[in-house]
Amino acid sequence: MAEKIYVGKIADIDVLSSRKLKIENIDIALFHLSDGSILAVENKCPHKGGLLSEGIVCGSKVHCPLHDWKIDLRSGKVQEPDDGCVTTFKTEVDEQSGDIYITV
Amino acid sequence: MKKREKLLLIGNGMAGIRTIEHLIKLAPDKYDITIVGDEPHPNYNRIMLSSVLAGGANMNDITINDWDWYKENNITLVTGQKAENIDTTKRIVTTNLQIKFSYDVLIIATGSLPFILPIPGADKEGVIAFRNINDCNMMLEASKAYKKAVVIGGGLLGLEAARGLIHLGMDTSVVHIHHYLMERQLDEPAAKMLQRELENQGMNFLLNKQSAAIVGRKRVKSLQFADGSEVQADLVVMAVGIRPNIELAKSSGIAINRGIIVNDYMETNIPNVFAVGECAEHRGIAYGLVAPLYEQGAVLAKRLADVETAGYQGSVTSTKLKVSGVDVFSAGHFVESKSNKALRFQDDVSGTYKKIVIENGKLIGAVLFGDTSDGTELFSLIKKGENIEGREKELLLGFSLDTKNSNPLARYEAMASDEIVCGCNGVSKGTIVDAIQTKGCTNVASIKSCTKASASCGGCKPIVQGLLQVYAGDAATEPVKEGICGCTTLTRDEIVAEIERMRLLSIKEVMNVLAWNEPEGCSKCRPALNYYIGMLFPEEYVDEKESRITNERYHANIQKDGTYSVVPRVYGGVTTPSDLKKIAEVAEKFEVPMVKFTGGQRLDLLGVKKEDLPKMWEELDMPSGHAYGKTLRTVKTCVGSTFCRFGTQDSISMGIRMEKTYERLNTPSKVKLAVSGCPRNCAEATIKDLGVVAIDGGWEIHVGGNGGVKVRATELLCIVKTEDEVMEWSSAFLQLYREQAIWNERTAHWIERVGLDYVKEALANKEDRVALVSRIEHTLSLTTDPWKEIIQNKELRKNFEQLADVKSATR
Repeated sequence: MAEKIYVGKIADIDVLSSRKLKIENIDIALFHLSDGSILAVENKCPHKGGLLSEGIVCGSKVHCPLHDWKIDLRSGKVQEPDDGCVTTFKTEVDEQSGDIYITV
Repeated sequence: MKKREKLLLIGNGMAGIRTIEHLIKLAPDKYDITIVGDEPHPNYNRIMLSSVLAGGANMNDITINDWDWYKENNITLVTGQKAENIDTTKRIVTTNLQIKFSYDVLIIATGSLPFILPIPGADKEGVIAFRNINDCNMMLEASKAYKKAVVIGGGLLGLEAARGLIHLGMDTSVVHIHHYLMERQLDEPAAKMLQRELENQGMNFLLNKQSAAIVGRKRVKSLQFADGSEVQADLVVMAVGIRPNIELAKSSGIAINRGIIVNDYMETNIPNVFAVGECAEHRGIAYGLVAPLYEQGAVLAKRLADVETAGYQGSVTSTKLKVSGVDVFSAGHFVESKSNKALRFQDDVSGTYKKIVIENGKLIGAVLFGDTSDGTELFSLIKKGENIEGREKELLLGFSLDTKNSNPLARYEAMASDEIVCGCNGVSKGTIVDAIQTKGCTNVASIKSCTKASASCGGCKPIVQGLLQVYAGDAATEPVKEGICGCTTLTRDEIVAEIERMRLLSIKEVMNVLAWNEPEGCSKCRPALNYYIGMLFPEEYVDEKESRITNERYHANIQKDGTYSVVPRVYGGVTTPSDLKKIAEVAEKFEVPMVKFTGGQRLDLLGVKKEDLPKMWEELDMPSGHAYGKTLRTVKTCVGSTFCRFGTQDSISMGIRMEKTYERLNTPSKVKLAVSGCPRNCAEATIKDLGVVAIDGGWEIHVGGNGGVKVRATELLCIVKTEDEVMEWSSAFLQLYREQAIWNERTAHWIERVGLDYVKEALANKEDRVALVSRIEHTLSLTTDPWKEIIQNKELRKNFEQLADVKSATR
């Protein structure tokens, strides 16, 4: 059942950066893009399980720190020529308070 | 103090001075040095005389040691006097002005004399040699008043002279007795190609001509040949060869043959009298090229400094030169005979020629024309004398040396379809061939973006290129200009120049102004730009941690399971019991799964959770060891003179000083240093980016080594006397590397790209070094310990912590 969970404030994540978190033992990486959006994906590269939260963020993509696979944070799709997909999670930000919610 | 011995050097030229340069580094206080030379100049580079003629250089440019050098080193220089007699019993040398110099040790380095043909008229006005500054000046003068020049001698020297004369606007012919040019360095096909090229540049050739007489009243009018023909000439330059200048030795009773006979230690038959350079004859050979002379000089310096040396063993020579803009190379025995076999490749379209000569399975000689890029490799194979059977065609055609098969293209064809080409990304031959045949890839770059082959380490690029040749054939296109990454077509140098010119102080600005096609770049260009801007503007630029690679952002080394490793700084690899205890306690407290010594003499705490990093650093209370970044990693040291019975210098102090100076320095790629206390080199300094090896009374500075994927030994940058000089040269070298290399390019690759000579030249002047040193010092003065910074700054520290851990019970 989908559930909306409070995980932190927008100010907790530097722009172009990421924080990791756990919900029910699912590892999630939460990203703060330069356009202000907050996106959440499963913190596990489909290639060799690298922690995406540790990668470099460019536009809406993150580069996995292990072998430089590029993963689109909106669609969860791996950029060609590599192939794969990570689970994405819906996020919501309360503009007034800056609270971040994730739907799992 | 021990009384200094008197050392007298006769001859103020390249070989003699090179010896002295070495000697004063090895034994600075052993000798009082006096030099007697008959030319009124300090030591200059004779090889560059042709550049003076061509107008590209003046006397200052070709001076190797200026007057100050002699002064600074307390050397008495007597110019314009010729040594005329040596009394080897009383040990006194007398000059033409009857001035006497006594000596304890004598070096004869009188060089060579041009060979003047003994033909009638050789003493006429307008007949000169090509050997010194004076000859150059006479040629300059003649070019102002006269038109026709004839050079006798189609060897290297003659062609250089002819080139100079053409530059001076003279109508120049080269007369040669042989039927092709430069027969000492080239074979006939290469010589013919050279001749054609030089004819295009306006040189005339009279081959197979034996000069018989020089005709004219007072001044030369023409040159007559043995076959009765003649050529008009206002100036005749004799460049038929040189002979060792042995008059002085001969008249003083020193054993001579063609040159002054010396043994492996450059000793003549008279005690305390040595000979070095072109005047010396070693094992029957008098050398005329600079490399062997310098080798002799190094041996003699060691002998005189009482430093152990294996002696001079003779030289296998190679010639790599540019003749009027044409690259020419030859080495070893390149003339075919009954006992050897040759392979040739001639390409008249692009004007290149290559020949290799093989005897008993070994490469013994080579000639290259037009493209001499393989010269170094071939020469090293010749010197090593290793068996090359089965690789002959490969060597000739210049394909990858790794392949076993002699025909590389056939090998690519024969490769199984599932054979992995790119090991980094697991791309098989089949995938690449498919990209070529069905996806329309016609160059390496498009194969790279389509399949990832060669996208990581790039080591398989030659194979990808080969497959392209086989399977795309004529459709293969020239590689499109590749930028530093897919986001731009600009190269590193173009980008750095623009950042500097426009003072672009943020990554975003650079990408905007230089029209990046990806607005936020990628994991290749962002860290590179972050480095370049910080390198150019260390004070103004605010480092952007989001553009740093993972390891540098978290100041620890990420492992495959997402944990990190912690390596505290241990300067020079020297630790204390209390530091060891502290490390042990922290390791136990944080339940570190593994504690290991690193290759660079440090302790590595592996398997640390990211959340624990700041706490561990805090408890360790030691500086970051920077074992994770593109920065100074470690300075490895051996025990040196502190404890070792072989140590000649205090390598530990030297290493610690270097590590304390350069820690935290951002560099294009990681930089590893080592200091060894003696030439036994236990710190393995000769495979480091910068390795310092102590010798008796000095330090050798080696650069560009690498012990990684492809082992590369360092090349010797210089030898210095003091620890301060080690620091000066090291700082200057590191800063040059920082300013010139491509991001992620190790010193080894950088030096292979630009050449050691470039580096040497850039560091040759004291002023240039001082400027580099001050820039690196400024940069270093702005660095802080990153671990401390993170411990103290909550904003930075939060990034190490997990944002939330939500469990159903807490909801």
